[in-house]
Amino acid sequence: MSSSTVFPPTSKPSESVSGVTVRLCGDSGDGMQLLGTQLTNTSALSGNDVATFPDFPAEIRAPRGTRAGVSGFQVQFSAEEIFTPGDGVDALVCMNPAALITNLADLKKTGILIVNSDGFEAKDLKLAKLETNPLTDGMLEHYRTIEVPMTSMTRTAVEPTGLSVKFADRCKNFFAMGLVFWLYGRDVEPTLRFIENKFAKKPDVAEANRLALKAGWNYGETTEHFASTFSVPAAELEPGTYRNVMGNQALAWGLIAAAKLSDKELFLGSYPITPASDILHELSKHKNFGVRTFQAEDEIAAVCSAVGAAFGGSMAITTSSGPGIALKGEGIGLGLILELPFIVIDVQRGGPSTGLPTKTEQSDLLMVMHGRNGESPLPVIAAQSPGDCFDTAIEAWRIATKYMTPVVILSDGYIANGAEPWRVPEVSSLEKIEVKHPVAPSDPDEEFLPYSRNENLARPWAVPGTPGLMHRVGGLEKQDGTGNVSYDPDNHQYMVETRAKKVEMVAESIAPVEVFGKSKGTLVLSWGGTYGSCRTAVKESIDAGLDVGHVHLRWISPFPKNLESVMGDYDRVLIPELNTGQLRLLIKSKYLVDAIGFNKIKGKPFKVSELVAEIKRVAG
Amino acid sequence: MSTDLPVLTDKDFASDQDIRWCPGCGDYSILAQMKKVLASLGKSQEETVFISGIGCSSRFPYYMNTYGMHSIHGRAPAFATGLKSTRPELDIWVITGDGDALSIGGNHFMHMIRRNVDLNVILFNNRIYGLTKGQYSPTSSVGTVTKSTPIGSIDQPINPLSLALAAEATFVARSVDSNIKHLRAMMQRASEHRGTSFLEVYQNCNVFNDGIWDYAKAKATKDDTTVELEHNKPLIFSGGEKGIRLNGFTPEVVDLSSGKVAQDDLLFHDESADSSQLAFLLSRMRHPEFPEPIGVFRAVERPTYDTMINNQVEQSVEKAGEGELEKLFGGGDTWTVE
Repeated sequence: MSSSTVFPPTSKPSESVSGVTVRLCGDSGDGMQLLGTQLTNTSALSGNDVATFPDFPAEIRAPRGTRAGVSGFQVQFSAEEIFTPGDGVDALVCMNPAALITNLADLKKTGILIVNSDGFEAKDLKLAKLETNPLTDGMLEHYRTIEVPMTSMTRTAVEPTGLSVKFADRCKNFFAMGLVFWLYGRDVEPTLRFIENKFAKKPDVAEANRLALKAGWNYGETTEHFASTFSVPAAELEPGTYRNVMGNQALAWGLIAAAKLSDKELFLGSYPITPASDILHELSKHKNFGVRTFQAEDEIAAVCSAVGAAFGGSMAITTSSGPGIALKGEGIGLGLILELPFIVIDVQRGGPSTGLPTKTEQSDLLMVMHGRNGESPLPVIAAQSPGDCFDTAIEAWRIATKYMTPVVILSDGYIANGAEPWRVPEVSSLEKIEVKHPVAPSDPDEEFLPYSRNENLARPWAVPGTPGLMHRVGGLEKQDGTGNVSYDPDNHQYMVETRAKKVEMVAESIAPVEVFGKSKGTLVLSWGGTYGSCRTAVKESIDAGLDVGHVHLRWISPFPKNLESVMGDYDRVLIPELNTGQLRLLIKSKYLVDAIGFNKIKGKPFKVSELVAEIKRVAG
Repeated sequence: MSTDLPVLTDKDFASDQDIRWCPGCGDYSILAQMKKVLASLGKSQEETVFISGIGCSSRFPYYMNTYGMHSIHGRAPAFATGLKSTRPELDIWVITGDGDALSIGGNHFMHMIRRNVDLNVILFNNRIYGLTKGQYSPTSSVGTVTKSTPIGSIDQPINPLSLALAAEATFVARSVDSNIKHLRAMMQRASEHRGTSFLEVYQNCNVFNDGIWDYAKAKATKDDTTVELEHNKPLIFSGGEKGIRLNGFTPEVVDLSSGKVAQDDLLFHDESADSSQLAFLLSRMRHPEFPEPIGVFRAVERPTYDTMINNQVEQSVEKAGEGELEKLFGGGDTWTVE
């Protein structure tokens, strides 16, 4: 049975729009993340550009029905190139009163509100701490509200499968999905395939979900609530094969690719932590690439095991988030003085301390720059979008091996869990990463110098098992050349300065910054996961007639060589960050540029509108 | 074995670095025996790695002409686990002390052992912090007076062997720095065991805790204060005059000279027992109530972590084929923009 007979195209009029932002929210057990992921994948497959923002509580099952337990997923799909999941919401789907009350403010006045009216009983209102029912107290009168008794309709729809009410109720996200898919003319085929795979061992559950999906679709077509549907044409993307990727997934794939390109086997030492664990999960799936994943007893063991693997000649990685990186400091410092290549990944979340585990922030920048004892500079690169995580991973490993140094990759919760279409690279077009290990000297009396250096100041990566190159490394200061323990004052100064110089030299191997927009007036200087909102805001500001340019930094240590001269072209530099001004501090201290900060520390990404307003304020 | 292999001597395992332990330190003996054992076992310099943490004992790798890493305090097991998991063919020794392994590194110590990573671990137990100049350690007796405990320490000490056994150790042994023949034999056994081999060595710190092990080292007393464990043999000490018998679950010292107790009534050692109960019981025998056992407490086979992590890679390659990036990127839903 083909899906077109079960899910016939609508007979209602269809209005073509350039882009739509949909937010799906409900209880954390309501399956909103699944619904959002399906809507995203389906939209990407239909050729739209997409960007997503999942937003969920840290608790696995926060108290049911409460505001704290609301889980949301926002997706923008568009016929144009987009960089953010959107500001204002065009369609808001709410499964209960708590979801409604915590999300309504973001719904556009012209937007559609779809609520599960079965979820608004007295007990639900009480759980959401509401005195009156928003469906009847007038709160929604300015919105186009469509009340759908989703729970009861789902129960009826799945009745033929004989599932209990408890299980039947779990299908209501598929009912909501059917309705949303109908409203935006989405293709159900990928979701039907998903159901078949996901519930292969539970055919009754698979059937129930199919029935719920169909009931939702049919409801849209039948009910008079909806006079028309919307269609979003395909975006004009660069030609190529695309797929949807999430940031952590792209990072894991980039690491696997980097291992292949350098002919190395990959070792990951990691300890579970939100929002980085998905990198561990993804890498653990791909052992057939020679990937070894070690779930360590703690963050410290995780980084130390990576240093051990790097000493042995593997491509070693450790992944974590802020609290874990804090614990790894000493181990990273050892890797730095050993001058071994490995990658430290910090998927940032709200801090300090345990902070906001599931919310995004850019507040670990100064920690990865300076959060180690002694003079301990490292190269630091920040990924700018989910797809960019792939390139970032490869570039980090290229630099780590070229200069024999640990490299820090900064990601954040927003891009780690966010998704976007990713143009699949031609594998043959990916540049090899050449890694050399010294072999036994031809003259056995020749002394091996483990801390001799090449033109990049990199020392030889001699690995255990190589005859004639036995040497000892350690955390005590090294004598230049021999690597022996040295307390010589001049040697210490020389080694400290040499390690710093090596990091500065990385600037020779990285791309200069590129200016987007105007080369005069106001420069918006950003880094990391705020790329999308900053780029969109600058575009809009230029369209509004302002002199604004945008520079987005990938490398923060070292800064690209042309950054200083580019900044010199502008009257002022505006640095928006999801922290209290950490990049601004670095820019101010290095270049004496009195940059203006725009700082948001709410656990949420920038809205384009708030950036546009700020740009207008400082540039206007 | 091929005959054209160069025959290495203990001197070949000595690095060119000056040894900087205090004169008279027990570490010298352990270092000397290690070099002899490696030479006698025909080990190669390049396939051998020493990894240590921080402390006096942890300078050990600098003195060996092998590969080595002097890492950070307490974490040597983690570095060694990463290296062994990726380079299982290497022969890796972890050198640690009572503070390094049991205090700051207690967590890693426990997890290395339960995973049974194929590493040889030597814990130099001198019951004191030496490098930081004399503070009490996790193995110091209650009441130990040090700079940080001027009126005596109040912490209950931890028993390294009991801890290792509780962490599911597959090989546990004890020796004494000055009992060099026994020490070499224990190092050899540790080297031969597949899995985490844990060897505690009573090591004298002649500067900060001198004489702490005299009872087990002095010629005059050691026969009465230690009992050498031998597999399938009864526990007999004091030159054959005394033995250990089990009274229920409790060991007791019995006199053999009167002839009232037969050897068959004594506790027989079984290092290969499935259960670690006997080894644990032996680990609880402490001076002065009991002679302290030296020798191999436990030696059993269990799959090693490094073997299994590599087996999983091999099995995945067999099952799914060697990983190809094209397949990885193209798996799942894709679409083409013309």
